[in-house]
Amino acid sequence: MTDFTMEKGADGVAIITWDTVGKSMNVMNAQGFLDLEALIDDALADDAVKGVILTSGKPGSFAGGMDLNIIAKMRDDAGDNPAKGLFDGVMGMHAILRKIERAGMDPKTLKGGKPIAAALPGTALGIGLEIPLACHRIFAADNPSAKIGLPEIMVGIFPGAGGTTRLVRKLGAMAASPLLLEGKLNDPRKAKSAGVVDEVVPADQLIEKAREWVLSNPAIVKPWDDKGYKMPGGAPYHPAGFMTFVGASAMVNGKTQGAFPAAKALLSAVYEGALVPFDTALKIEARWFTNVLMNPSSSAMIRSLFINKEALEKGANRPDAPDQKVRKLGVLGAGMMGAGIALVSAQAGIEVVLIDQKQEAADKGKAYSASFMDAGIKRGKATEAKKAEVLDRITATTDYSALKGCDLIIEAVFEDPGVKAGVTKQALAEVGEDCIFATNTSTLPITDLAQASDTPENFIGIHFFSPVEKMLLVEIIKGAKTGPRAVAKALDYVRQIRKTPIVVNDARFFYCNRCIIPYINEGIRMVAEGVAPALIDNAARQLGFPVGPLQLVDETSIDLGAKIARATKAAMGDAYPDEAVDAVIFWMESEGRLGRKAGAGFFDYDDKGKRQGYWPGLAAKYPRAADQPDLHEVQHRLMFAQVLEAVRALDEGVLTDIREGDVGAILAWGFAPWSGGPFSWLDIIGTPYAAERCDQLAEKFGPRFTTPALLREMADKGQGFYARFGGHSEAA
Amino acid sequence: MSDAYIYDTLRTPRGKGRKDGALHEVTAARLSAQVLNALKSRNGLEGHAVEDVIWGNVTQVMEQGGCLARTAVLASDLDERIPGLAINRFCASGMEAVNLAANQVRGGAGEGYIAGGVEMMGRVPMGSDGAAIAVDPSIAMETYFVPQGISADIIATEYGFTRDEADALAVESQRRAKAAWDDGRFAKSIIEVQDQNGLTILDHDEYMRPGTDMQTLGALTPAFQAMGEVMPGFDAVARMKYPHLERINHIHHAGNSSGIVDGAAGVLIGSRAFGEKWGLKPRARIVQTTKIGTDPTIMLTGPVPATEKALRDSGMAIGDIDLFEVNEAFASVVLRFQQAFNVDPGLVNVNGGSIAMGHPLGATGAMIIGTLLDELERTGKGTGLATLCIASGMGAATIIERV
Repeated sequence: MTDFTMEKGADGVAIITWDTVGKSMNVMNAQGFLDLEALIDDALADDAVKGVILTSGKPGSFAGGMDLNIIAKMRDDAGDNPAKGLFDGVMGMHAILRKIERAGMDPKTLKGGKPIAAALPGTALGIGLEIPLACHRIFAADNPSAKIGLPEIMVGIFPGAGGTTRLVRKLGAMAASPLLLEGKLNDPRKAKSAGVVDEVVPADQLIEKAREWVLSNPAIVKPWDDKGYKMPGGAPYHPAGFMTFVGASAMVNGKTQGAFPAAKALLSAVYEGALVPFDTALKIEARWFTNVLMNPSSSAMIRSLFINKEALEKGANRPDAPDQKVRKLGVLGAGMMGAGIALVSAQAGIEVVLIDQKQEAADKGKAYSASFMDAGIKRGKATEAKKAEVLDRITATTDYSALKGCDLIIEAVFEDPGVKAGVTKQALAEVGEDCIFATNTSTLPITDLAQASDTPENFIGIHFFSPVEKMLLVEIIKGAKTGPRAVAKALDYVRQIRKTPIVVNDARFFYCNRCIIPYINEGIRMVAEGVAPALIDNAARQLGFPVGPLQLVDETSIDLGAKIARATKAAMGDAYPDEAVDAVIFWMESEGRLGRKAGAGFFDYDDKGKRQGYWPGLAAKYPRAADQPDLHEVQHRLMFAQVLEAVRALDEGVLTDIREGDVGAILAWGFAPWSGGPFSWLDIIGTPYAAERCDQLAEKFGPRFTTPALLREMADKGQGFYARFGGHSEAA
Repeated sequence: MSDAYIYDTLRTPRGKGRKDGALHEVTAARLSAQVLNALKSRNGLEGHAVEDVIWGNVTQVMEQGGCLARTAVLASDLDERIPGLAINRFCASGMEAVNLAANQVRGGAGEGYIAGGVEMMGRVPMGSDGAAIAVDPSIAMETYFVPQGISADIIATEYGFTRDEADALAVESQRRAKAAWDDGRFAKSIIEVQDQNGLTILDHDEYMRPGTDMQTLGALTPAFQAMGEVMPGFDAVARMKYPHLERINHIHHAGNSSGIVDGAAGVLIGSRAFGEKWGLKPRARIVQTTKIGTDPTIMLTGPVPATEKALRDSGMAIGDIDLFEVNEAFASVVLRFQQAFNVDPGLVNVNGGSIAMGHPLGATGAMIIGTLLDELERTGKGTGLATLCIASGMGAATIIERV
């Protein structure tokens, strides 16, 4: 079986159809490249063939991208010189695509050659666009749901099969930037106006339009192969291009905070490639691509953000149970979280009963969906019909009997065990024994809350992050008695609403908040020590965190922090370690500096709520120390504060799969995505170094940095987390 | 090792570096040649009189390319056996030419040199020679490249200089330059620029704005704020290197930064024997020459470590220096120098500087050495130090002492 087949028509048009066996969308693999090349060779050699159309056998899509295992294979096959294996492998891909682009013409006279059109029925991503870019004309079916683009940067690499070099030469550096540096995807019409595809045609005329063009004896020499080619917008040392390139480095540097090696490598390939002829530029692209692939960051990002994220979404840790798809969902509490849960569930086609104590509160919760859909309509992302569908699925009521027939209930009321127990009992009285009951608590132990239910095996935690519609992760928490069907239910539900799940065991703050809180606390400790607040937040940003710890506290609010601190202290008693943190936040609380919502926190805010500078009162209370720590020390404090919690969570069995620890950290709180997550980061720096650094930090800053026994043991053995726990089944 | 002495210094007036500037019609080679001819005739040099002409020039493309130093020699009345060396150390090129020449003499590689430089900023735009450090991502990102104006604003932020302090320094520069011209203090070294018929093209520094006050400057908008805060956002890059800074305080504008001008300057340098041969009296001994690299992002703090090194290497203390020339590339550069050494502002740039008169990049280093020497002579003082900040994070300094 081959993924590529060719049919030669009597009119001289050969149609090559890509149809990956056993996949719903085409994926390029090593054999695919060879098969495609063989067919191209055949078509170019056959005098009866006038031209070629390359299309897809999958309805609605051309190709989803590359099987990233190819890369691993190139690296592994090269033995002790993986860089050479990668470089040679990438150059091999270039050769095939270049063969398509030259199509048999004489490279000197540019005479001859056969037109090769790409006909895209729909979605074309990654290599699925890089191959068309090597063709002579790209036809895209007018399929509004199709996505066309080069999203490689999102997993820490960049388009390395000529896509970078071709797109920049086709569009210019400025116009290609959002497509390459942000991985921006477009529907076919927008892709045409961006200049990425050449024609958008009705879907049922796709092949015919391409055929007409192939038979029209078109000019097929690419601008960059033609004499006198000039890069649109100017090459780097052209006056206009100079400013573009100066600006590009600064923008990429500022936006990525230097934390993403792929962006830098991509831009270097663009710059260096722009100064030389096309074939040399491809070689340069291959060298930088190899460089990125050799960077442990790219492997870690691919592993967490592509392979493992997908595995978790597909139920890697789902217990064996029949399909648990949710049909009717009850949401208790129509506050911010409940309203968001209702929205995303209704969007996924689930019938929702949204309950609150007062009808107006329930209505307000439903209105959140209406205004969200309105905003979508304004931006052309939704329609009135879609809005009506979503709203029709949501019943806002105070009447618990409306819950009848629900197969899942999510409780999202005030964080008070008594209130929660009350609504739990009230709801369970209305539904059958099969109904799974979930709590969206972020702080209370699931096992305790489960006592309100007679069927604790059907009781589980489904912890959403705020805002629900934006956050990609859902943390599922098993109570002591939670049964496998409840876990399967939660996982199937999360899959329905298209989010990524992790499953953890019950313990204080579960997994995510357990790690986030020490991160925030470490930042606050530094304020008390007189470290410049800007240094604290900037250090975090340069680690790739979207916001620094102080800004994060302002967003989540100081009083929430203070409340959690009081509750934790009450629970832990003398073992409570965070007095130094409390001194700051209790004082802030007493000063009314409650965060953004109060228009006053670590930052000042203007009347419109826009963040201004750090509050001067902070420096008055905690004068800046004359000796400021160096950036790396601040960064290590912030990193290890979180990472050691992740290690402890693994050691204590809260986490049972490091993949969940890594994927969850990136998606829940933006943990340094370049690192692949806390465990990947420890593997990158090496456990021996990590243990040594913890020893130093513990000596200087206290026992919270004490090297955990598990890390110490692994350091002694020189063992990595993925080497030890990568088998996915072995828990600590 | 023999000593190197300054026998003569001169400069052209500075013309506005734009289309309607008085020197805009003059080529870089011809302007350079006029300086070389003046040095030749004023000092009675004949034949193979000097070993080399070392000529600073930053933007070495177009008419300033192709080893302008040699072109200038051939365009002048100097003997063709005198070669030419074009050098670029950005804003200190003219000073580096002097320092190189002095050190050649000290090292015994010839008895006499002409050193100096030129920049026709209105004819060959700054930056038109490209610069990998600004545009090559693998270098620009690694070094946290920002343009000089942003760097000057980082200095202001890091060391706490206000807009008012910068503006006051600019007002004083204008006042001092005007007073110096009125008092004829530059007369000894200024040559008027003439056409091929001997007609005067320019005989004064035309960039100056006498009467500039705090009100006029207060009306100017910061020049680097938009590129820093909005597009393309250099401040974010600056904060990566200086993460303790919350924001960059953009205090610089056209009125407290150096002016874009055309101009050239030359210095005649030689050994004791050189003076004896040509019957010339040495005016100053070159005591110390220094160059140093610094952080390229803040970029313009070089005068401080360069001065420290020059003092250390010469066994002097800051108090041993009677007068200072600190190039006014941006107000914050001079403010930082004064702050670091706690020197009396009344001893720094006493006849104004580049903010008032302009900064012809490749020439300024030679110009301020000349200005320093003239003023030491006028006031009867002994020792002076000239220093410049330099792009890409460098600094240079020269200490001279009257003999």
